[in-house]
Amino acid sequence: MSDINPALETFAQEVDELLAAMEEALLGLEGTPDDVDCINSIFRAMHTIKGSSGLFGFDDVVAFTHEAETVLDRVRNGERAIDAELISVLLACKDHTAQIIQHFLFNEDESLPESLQQQSQALIAQLTGQSTAAGGMPSTQQEKADHFEVDDNTTDSSDNWVISLVFKQNALRNGMDPLSFIRYLQTLGKIIEVIITMPTLPRIEDMDPEDCYLNFKIAFNSSADKKTIEDVFEFAEDDCDIYILPPNSRQEHYLQLLADLPEDQVKRLGEMLVEIGALTEKEVAHMLHEQHDDDNTETKPLGEMLVDKNILQQPVIEQALKKQEAVKQKINKESNYIRVDAAKLGYLINLVGELVISGAAMRLMVDKHGLSDVDDVASTMSGLVEDIRDTALQLRMVQIGETFMRFQRVVHDVSKELGKQIQLQITGGESELDKTVVEKINDPLTHLVRNSLDHGIETPAERMRAGKPEKGAIQLNAYHDSGRIVIQISDDGKGLDSEKIVAKAVAKGLIKPDQVLSKSEIYNLIFEPGLSTKEEASNLSGRGVGMDVVKRNIEALRGSVSVDSELGQGTTVTIHLPLTLAIIDGFMVEAQKERYIIPLSMVEECVEMSSDAWQIDEVQHYVNLRGQILPYLRLGDFFHKNKKHTHTQRESLVVVRFGEAKAGFVVDELHGENQTVIKPLGKLFENLNGIGGATVLGSGDVALILDVQGLIQHAKKRVNPTLALSSSV
Amino acid sequence: MTAKAKKNDGILCMPIMDDMTIYNAQSLKETLLGYCHAGTQELQLDLSAVTEIDSAGLQLLLLLKAEAQKRGFTLRLLRHSEAVIEVFELLKLGTYFGDPIVFPANWKKS
Repeated sequence: MSDINPALETFAQEVDELLAAMEEALLGLEGTPDDVDCINSIFRAMHTIKGSSGLFGFDDVVAFTHEAETVLDRVRNGERAIDAELISVLLACKDHTAQIIQHFLFNEDESLPESLQQQSQALIAQLTGQSTAAGGMPSTQQEKADHFEVDDNTTDSSDNWVISLVFKQNALRNGMDPLSFIRYLQTLGKIIEVIITMPTLPRIEDMDPEDCYLNFKIAFNSSADKKTIEDVFEFAEDDCDIYILPPNSRQEHYLQLLADLPEDQVKRLGEMLVEIGALTEKEVAHMLHEQHDDDNTETKPLGEMLVDKNILQQPVIEQALKKQEAVKQKINKESNYIRVDAAKLGYLINLVGELVISGAAMRLMVDKHGLSDVDDVASTMSGLVEDIRDTALQLRMVQIGETFMRFQRVVHDVSKELGKQIQLQITGGESELDKTVVEKINDPLTHLVRNSLDHGIETPAERMRAGKPEKGAIQLNAYHDSGRIVIQISDDGKGLDSEKIVAKAVAKGLIKPDQVLSKSEIYNLIFEPGLSTKEEASNLSGRGVGMDVVKRNIEALRGSVSVDSELGQGTTVTIHLPLTLAIIDGFMVEAQKERYIIPLSMVEECVEMSSDAWQIDEVQHYVNLRGQILPYLRLGDFFHKNKKHTHTQRESLVVVRFGEAKAGFVVDELHGENQTVIKPLGKLFENLNGIGGATVLGSGDVALILDVQGLIQHAKKRVNPTLALSSSV
Repeated sequence: MTAKAKKNDGILCMPIMDDMTIYNAQSLKETLLGYCHAGTQELQLDLSAVTEIDSAGLQLLLLLKAEAQKRGFTLRLLRHSEAVIEVFELLKLGTYFGDPIVFPANWKKS
C-alpha cells in the first residue's frame, strides 16, 4: 500500500466506511424491510462510491455500482419490494464492490480480470432480474436522453408520466423559477428521472445569464390525473410550453375508458379525450388555437398534432378515432324516427302553453300569500316547465337544409329552360326552425329563388361580356341570430337598377318624382305591389305580383324581409324569421297601467330614462345614449293617444334591436322575464299597428305582445319625416 | 463576491462565496467566464458557501460543464452545500456532474 497516493487512500477509507454501513443496513433490513433510513443509507453508499470511482476513472466500478444504484433507487421509490433474495444479492454486490475496488487500488492501470468481470455480469443479471434496464452508465446528457426515450417506449417497466417543459427566454426574468415547479411536482409523486437540455444555448460569451435556456424532460411516477399535474404548472403557462405524456399504464386505463364511453352521441375527438381525462381542456384549446394559427400550411388533424407534440400516445388516439367512427355508424343505424301526427304535436304544444300559464298563476299565488315553504317546490316546477317547453318546441324543430335541397332541382330545371348555367350553393342547412315556419316559408323562398334565376343571373354571353365567370351562382344561407333565424338568398347576377325602380315607382304613383330616397329604401320598393322592372313577363316571374306577396307572407310569420344589391355584382335578399310561433321568452313592461311583452331576444338593455344621465330631445323624440342616437317611443302615448299622460314617476328606457335597427321604448315599469305563450289576435285586430299578438298572464290578465319591428319603424319615422313612406304603405 | 482563486499548475480552485441566483447571475457569469481561458486545465468550484441556488444558477453550472467539455478542461464541484445537493437530488444531476457528493452527517432528506 506504500505507493498509493493520498487521495486514493482517502477514497479507500471512505469506501470501507460506506460498505460497512451498507452491510449493517442490509442486515437491518432483514428484520424491518421497510426501514427508510436503511434503504437510504444503502443507496447513498452505492451512489457515493459510484461518484468517487468516476473521479478516479474506475469505470468498471462505476458501471457496476450504477446498476446497483438504479435498483436501489427503484426500491427507494417503492417500485420494487425489498425481499430476502434482493438483500442477499445486494450483500454479494457489496462484497464484490469491495473486491473490484481493491483490485483497482493496487493495479490502477490494469483492467478487471476475467473472473471479476464475469462476477459483475452475473450480479447485474441477478440485480436486474425482472427488469430490463439497459446497462452502462450514461456519461452525457445526450446519451442519457436516448436511453430515456428507449426505456420509455419499449419497456413496460417504466410506468411514468413524461412531462416536457420548454421554458421561454424570458421565463426567469418574469420571476419563474423552473426548479420550484419541479419541487412542487414532488408533492404529487416521485420524480424518476430528469433530463435537462439546452437546445438553444449560445456560446458562453454570448449567453445572457438572465435568459432561460433550460428545457426539462421529467419522468414522473404518480397516480394523480393529468389535470392535477397540469395544474402544477398553471402559473408557468405563459412562459412555458408544457407537454404531458401519460404513462403506459394510463394508456390501458384510457383505452378502457374509451371502450366504456356511452355510444349515444357522436362527439368530437377532443371532447372524447377530455372526457376520459387523457387531455385537459387547456390542451385542447391550445391545440385548436395552434391548428387555427397554422392556416398557411395544410392543417393537420388534431390527433396527429397530439402525437407529434408528445401529448398522447398513438394507440389512444387511434382507439378514440375508432370509437368515434363506431358511434357514428351505430347512430346512423339507430336513427329510427317515430312518425307523429302533426296535430298531436300541436295539441301537446298547446297544453305546454297552458301549463306555462298556470305555472305563472301558481307562482303569483305563492308570492301573494308569501308561502316560503312552497317557494322551493314552485321554483323547481317552473324550472321543469321551462325544460318541458323547450323540449316540446324542439320536437317541432326541423333543419332547414331539407327545404334548401329541394331548390337544387328547381335551379337545375329552370337554368336549363332559360339557357343559363347556374350553380346552387347551400350553407347553414343545419340551422333549425319550427316545422310550421318551414312549411310557410317554402313558397316565398321559391319565389325569391326563381326571381334570382330569372332576373338576377344573366345569360352566359352577358356574363362573359361583363367579365364574370360563365357559370352564375345562387347561394342559400341560414344562420341563427338573437333568437331568430336569418335566411339569405344571394346571387352574383346583374343586381338591381335603382334608376329603373325609381322610374317605375314614379310611373305607378308610389313615390313623388322629387322624393329623395336612400339606396335601401329604393331597393325595398320592389316589395311594393305592382312593381316589376322586367320589360316582358315570362312564365316564371315579372308580372309584378309576387314580391309584395312574399313580403306579406313573411310578415304574417312575424318576420321581415329586406334586399340589398350592387349593380352588376348581385343581389341579396335577407329574411328574418322567429324560430317558433308558439312560445317565446318575453320581457314584460308596463306603461299607463297596461302590460306589454317585448320578445326578450330583442331587448338589448334597460336604462333609466332621465335627462340627467342622457341628452333627451323631447320634440324630435330621440335620446343620446352614450353617444348613440336612438329614436324613442313612449308606449303609453303611442297606445293611448287620447289620454293625457303625466310624467309623475320614474320612467325606464328599454333599448330594443331588430337586425341593424335600434330604438328605445319608454315605459313606466319593468316587470322582468316572462314565459310568453303567443295567442293569435282575432281577425278583427290582425292589422293593429305595433301589436303582434297577445298572451294570458298568470293573473288572467291579457298582455299585448309588441311588434318590435313595426314600432322601431314608427319611432324612426317620427325622427325623420322623410322616411314616412316606408310605414305608410 | 468570489474570493481570489488559488492558482496551481493550471488548476484553479475557486470558492463561490455567494448565492447562485438570478439576482447575481450576471456577475457570476462574468466571473466564471474569466476562469475559462487557455491555461486552465482544471477548475474546482467550492460550493460550500452557496446557501441558495435557483434555475439561473443551475443553468450557469450546466453551461460551465458544457464549456469545460468543449475546451477540454476538467470541472470539479467540491463540497456541495445543502442547497446544491437538494437541487442535484431533485434533478438527479449527480451523475451528470460526476463529482463525489459528500452528504453531511446531519443530512435529513428522506
